[in-house]
Amino acid sequence: MTIEVRNIVKQYGAFKALDNVDLRVADGELLALLGPSGSGKTSLLRIIAGLDWPDAGEVSFDGENALARGAGERHVGFVFQHYALFRHMSVFENVAFGLRVQPRAVRKSEAQIRARVKELLDLVQLDWLANRYPSQLSGGQRQRIALARALAIEPRILLLDEPFGALDAKVRKELRQWLRTLHEEIHVTSIFVTHDQEEALEVANRVVVMDKGKIEQIGTPGDVYDNPATAFVHSFIGESIVLPVDVRDGQVKLGHRPLNIDAGSAVGPSKLFVRRHDMQIGPVGEGAFEGTVRRVRTFGPIQRADIALSDDDTLVEIDAPRDRPLTTGDAISLQPRRYRIFAGQE
Amino acid sequence: MGLTLTWLSLLILIPLAGLFVKTADLSLSQFFDTVTSSRTLHALRISFGLAFAAALVNLVAGLIIVWALVRYRFPGRRLFDAIVDIPFALPTAVAGIALTTLFAQNGWLGAPLASLGIKVAFTPLGIFLAMVFIGIPFVVRTVQPVLIDLDVEIEEAAVCLGASRWQTITRVIIPSLTPAILTGFALAFARAVGEYGSVIFIAGNLPNVSEIAPLLIVIRLSEFRYADATAIAVVMLVVSFLIILLLNRLQRWAQTRALAVS
Repeated sequence: MTIEVRNIVKQYGAFKALDNVDLRVADGELLALLGPSGSGKTSLLRIIAGLDWPDAGEVSFDGENALARGAGERHVGFVFQHYALFRHMSVFENVAFGLRVQPRAVRKSEAQIRARVKELLDLVQLDWLANRYPSQLSGGQRQRIALARALAIEPRILLLDEPFGALDAKVRKELRQWLRTLHEEIHVTSIFVTHDQEEALEVANRVVVMDKGKIEQIGTPGDVYDNPATAFVHSFIGESIVLPVDVRDGQVKLGHRPLNIDAGSAVGPSKLFVRRHDMQIGPVGEGAFEGTVRRVRTFGPIQRADIALSDDDTLVEIDAPRDRPLTTGDAISLQPRRYRIFAGQE
Repeated sequence: MGLTLTWLSLLILIPLAGLFVKTADLSLSQFFDTVTSSRTLHALRISFGLAFAAALVNLVAGLIIVWALVRYRFPGRRLFDAIVDIPFALPTAVAGIALTTLFAQNGWLGAPLASLGIKVAFTPLGIFLAMVFIGIPFVVRTVQPVLIDLDVEIEEAAVCLGASRWQTITRVIIPSLTPAILTGFALAFARAVGEYGSVIFIAGNLPNVSEIAPLLIVIRLSEFRYADATAIAVVMLVVSFLIILLLNRLQRWAQTRALAVS
């Protein structure tokens, strides 16, 4: 099932939650909507599900207008951050719910329902919990049951709203892996919302980065990390060193000192972004920046150092391999191997 | 633990034991004569039957009120919310006199009803009405916090799974509220059974027609037939206890199925 979202606008009072959003999701894709809170990612997901309605714009599934149908008629599986399991029902009944509420004409027989629920509980590897109640399960188990429940109606699209947001770090990691594998097995078009970049980059085929109701970039995880399209994406994904620079006549200046690097297309006050591990350390006089090592920590294969730049004493944090050990007080130079300059200092 | 038991004994158990001790003044046959006399039986039937009916009405009306107070935002919502507590706070005699005035044959509501041939004041219907009045806050106040805690996401989940509005209400919302609903029902019922002040004004108090058991007890007391009074009290106590026990059981059963998801 393909999903197409066109010119969606959603406003809450004076707050623009979604500002002219366009998005196409290919069949069988596992897409992440990534952004800080308030970026509009959950609003977009809820509009696709039919739980909210846009003020303007179109949503279509396989070319068919989805806005003409309510949430119950869109055949969309929705998984909530806080599970939203029915607490008065056993795990079995929770999963069976979507099958039991079908109109009598199409409803499966009791035996068929039992078989289907069993199959789903096997799929999420929790068949041994069928008779428990939600309150007796751990967070990770609850979320897997919520997923099984959503899959029971054979949804054409699966939507997950911060599915691992309420879980602790370890369970989160396991479930991420598990969701990937599951998606490879059932291959239903899926969109999940997250504010955790690691989660988005690790799980999704494609990542949509959002900020302030707009899509900043759509691309593969490699793309958004290596070739950020905007200053926002660069600073939101991965750790970056950000320096305010001024670009005049193709020359990049940090304070009053020209840096010997290419300006690209930026003009005027801009920001220079460099990944922490993209700073090459060299002897004084051989790089774009000069500085003094203030503090060094080692993490496994890397050493992380705070360097005070000689120009204006700005502290930058860099990651370097340990083959050239740094000590506090060393005078060094830094040369960015890769960098981006984005115009504007917002 | 010891403190709790001491408190409980001082405040509840010892007075109740006194009741049984006093009743023991009667011989077994005297006891049976008292409690099976037609006047006593009628009074008991009026008290328990109408209290049960009133609690049922409160259950339905209470749920509707709770739903409106929790789920809708309308002007005056806070005021309505406060008004719900009035039957708690109002002296029962005041409530009784107010209801009687309102529903008497020349009252604001009583007159139009009388023209339709419906007589409210000084009939069992009046008793029922008073019981509904004093019981309503119990249902509202026990269900309200639970409904507030009930996540809207639960309903959204049901809708996404294809449930109709009716299915969502009957299969998801009401079952989630069941323990609180039962508690509210039990409290409203218990209050109505024991209600005296507001009822006696509107009841008319005709023996065998509109006389409630608590009133009969007071009448026996004023006749200095203390043992007879306590005999009726014992019957009320035992029946109430059994009903509340039953409701408790039901509630525990509902609760084990609905431990809070936390």
